[in-house]
Amino acid sequence: MHSSSLDLYRAGASFWHGLDARIKLTITLAYVLTVSLMPVGAWPAYVLLSAFVLSVAVASELGVWVVLRRALLALPFVLAALPLLVTTPGSVILSVSVGRWSLPFTSAGLERFLSIACKSWLSVQMAVLLTATTPLPDLLIALRSLHLPGLLVATVGLMWRYLFVLVDEAMRMLRAREARSAGGGGASGGSLMWRARVTGSMAGTLFLRGYERSERIYVAMLARGYDGTIRSLPAKPISVRQRWVAALAIGMLLVLLWLGQWMR
Amino acid sequence: MSYWSSLLDRGYAQPARMIGIPERHFLPGGAPMHIPDGFLSTPVALLMWVVAIVAVAYALRRANRELDERKVPLFGVLAAAIFAGQMLNFSVTGGTSGHLLGAAIACILVGPWAAVLALACVVGTQALLFQDGGLLALGANIVNMAVIGVSVAYAVNRTVRKLAGDKHWGTLVAGFAAGWTSIVVAALACALELAVSGTSAANVAVPAMGGIHMLIGMGEGLITVGAVALLYAARPDLLGARQREAAGGRGVLVAGLVLAIVLAVLSPLASSHPDGLEWVAEQRGFLDFARESPYRLIPDYVFPGISNEAVATIVAGIVGLLIVFGIATGVAASRRRRGSAQNP
Repeated sequence: MHSSSLDLYRAGASFWHGLDARIKLTITLAYVLTVSLMPVGAWPAYVLLSAFVLSVAVASELGVWVVLRRALLALPFVLAALPLLVTTPGSVILSVSVGRWSLPFTSAGLERFLSIACKSWLSVQMAVLLTATTPLPDLLIALRSLHLPGLLVATVGLMWRYLFVLVDEAMRMLRAREARSAGGGGASGGSLMWRARVTGSMAGTLFLRGYERSERIYVAMLARGYDGTIRSLPAKPISVRQRWVAALAIGMLLVLLWLGQWMR
Repeated sequence: MSYWSSLLDRGYAQPARMIGIPERHFLPGGAPMHIPDGFLSTPVALLMWVVAIVAVAYALRRANRELDERKVPLFGVLAAAIFAGQMLNFSVTGGTSGHLLGAAIACILVGPWAAVLALACVVGTQALLFQDGGLLALGANIVNMAVIGVSVAYAVNRTVRKLAGDKHWGTLVAGFAAGWTSIVVAALACALELAVSGTSAANVAVPAMGGIHMLIGMGEGLITVGAVALLYAARPDLLGARQREAAGGRGVLVAGLVLAIVLAVLSPLASSHPDGLEWVAEQRGFLDFARESPYRLIPDYVFPGISNEAVATIVAGIVGLLIVFGIATGVAASRRRRGSAQNP
C-alpha cells in the first residue's frame, strides 16, 4: 500500500481529458452554481442537469458507474438535512410516534430533503469529473489564471508535492505503532489518556519533521537560485474550438436555469 | 506485503478506502464539518465566499509583511503535515476514534497568519481534489475551519497561557482548550450556516452539531496536548518564541474571543428561537417557503399540477436519455477511429 493511491487522476485520451483545465474548471463552477440556484422540486430540470453530467461522464470515458459511485462520498452529510422531513410545514403524509413525541413527515419536507440530496449528488459528480481528468499542475495553472494569489497557488503546489512524503511518514508511524502494540483496532494498550498521548506525540513528531523538512527544502531552493518568486511557464492559449465548447456548455446551463425557474 | 496491508487494513481509514467507498471517510472526525454543495443556499454560500476572500487576503498581507521568503516551503510542508496528521487517530471506545483537524497545532507552532493560509490550502485541496466539501460551499468551509477555527484557537491559547503565567502545565491546558474550542466553535458556525440556508432547523442542527463536536473536540484537544508536550520537550524554542506572539497581535486575539463568545451565545439563542432565525432568513429572501406554500398541496389544485409535472419530468427524462445516447454513440465512433488509426 503506497500513498500514491491518493491521487485520483486517471489518465486518458477522451474528449473531456483533452479540454483545457481552465475550460473544465469554468464549466464545473458554472454547473455547480446552476445546480445551487435551481429551486426546490424542479424535477424536470434536475433530470436534464443529470443528463448533462452523465453526458460529460460518457465523454470522459471514465465509466459512468465509477463516477456515480465516487460521487456518493458526500452522502453521509445528508444526515444534516434529515430533520427537514419533520420540521417543514405542510400536509402530513405519515406520522410516526416515538415515545412521547410524534414526528409528522410532510410532503413538502420530503420534497425539500430529496431536492437537497439530488443537488448535492449532481454537484459532486461534476467535481469528480474535473479532478479525475485533470492533472494537478494543469489545475494550478487554471487557478492562477482565475487570479488566485500566487502565494496560495505556490503553497498548494508544494503541499501536493510533499503530501505523499508526509502521508508515507504518517503511515510508517502508524505501522510501527501497530506492530508494537500487537495489532488490533480495538482499545489495545493503556488507558485512554495514554493512547491520546501516544497519538499526540506522533502528531507532534510529524509536525516537527515537517517543520525541519521545510527548512531543508528552503535551503535546497536557495541553492537552485530561489529569490522569493515562483516562476512558471506562461499558460498556453486556449483554442477557438475549446472556447466554443465552453460557450455552448454555459449557454445550455443558462437555458436549464431559465427552465427550472419557469417550471416552479 | 500482504501481511502489512492486512495489519494496515484493520485499524484506520486508509487512503485507498476513501476512493469510492462512502462510509469510510478519509476524515471521519472532521467529516461532519465539510459542507458539500447543495446544502447551503446560494446567497449564504456567496456571502461566505466574500468573508473567506477578505480574511485570506488579509492573512496573506500580514504573512507577506512578517514572514520572509522562506514562507513558501514552510506553508506548503505545513499544509501537507496537517493533511497527513488527519490520518492519525486513536480509538476512544467501541468503534469511535479521535482525530485531528490541526488548526490548534498549526496555530501554536507557526502563528495565526501562516495557520490560516495553510488550513485554507488544506480545505481547498480537500474540496478540489477529494470532493471532501463542495466547491460553492468552499467559502463557508474555509471560514469555519481556517478562519474561525484558527482565530479562536489562537485567542484561547493566548488567554489561557497568560492566565497560567507561562508555566509548563499552562502550556498543556492552553493546548487542550485551544483544540477543543476550535472544533466546537467551528461546528456551531457550520450549524448556523445550515440553519440560515433552510437546510436544517436550528433547534435540531445546533444541539446536534454542538454535542457531537464537544466529543470530537476532546480527541482534538488530547492530541493537541500530546503534540504540545512533545514540542515542549524537543523544540521549546518553537513554542516560546516571543516574536510569534507579536506576529498575531491584539487584533486576532480580540477577533477570536469575540467570535467564540458571539457564536457560543448566538447558537443557543437561535436554537431556542428557531422561528427568529427563519424570520431573518425569510426577510432576506433566503427561503422559498412562500413559493411552496401549502395551497399547492390541496388535492384539487395539485392534481393537474402534479400530472403536468410528471409529464414534464418524463419528457425531460426522454430528452436526457437521447442526449446521453447520442454522446455515447459519438464517443464509441471516435474510439473506433482512434483504434483503427493505431493498428491499421
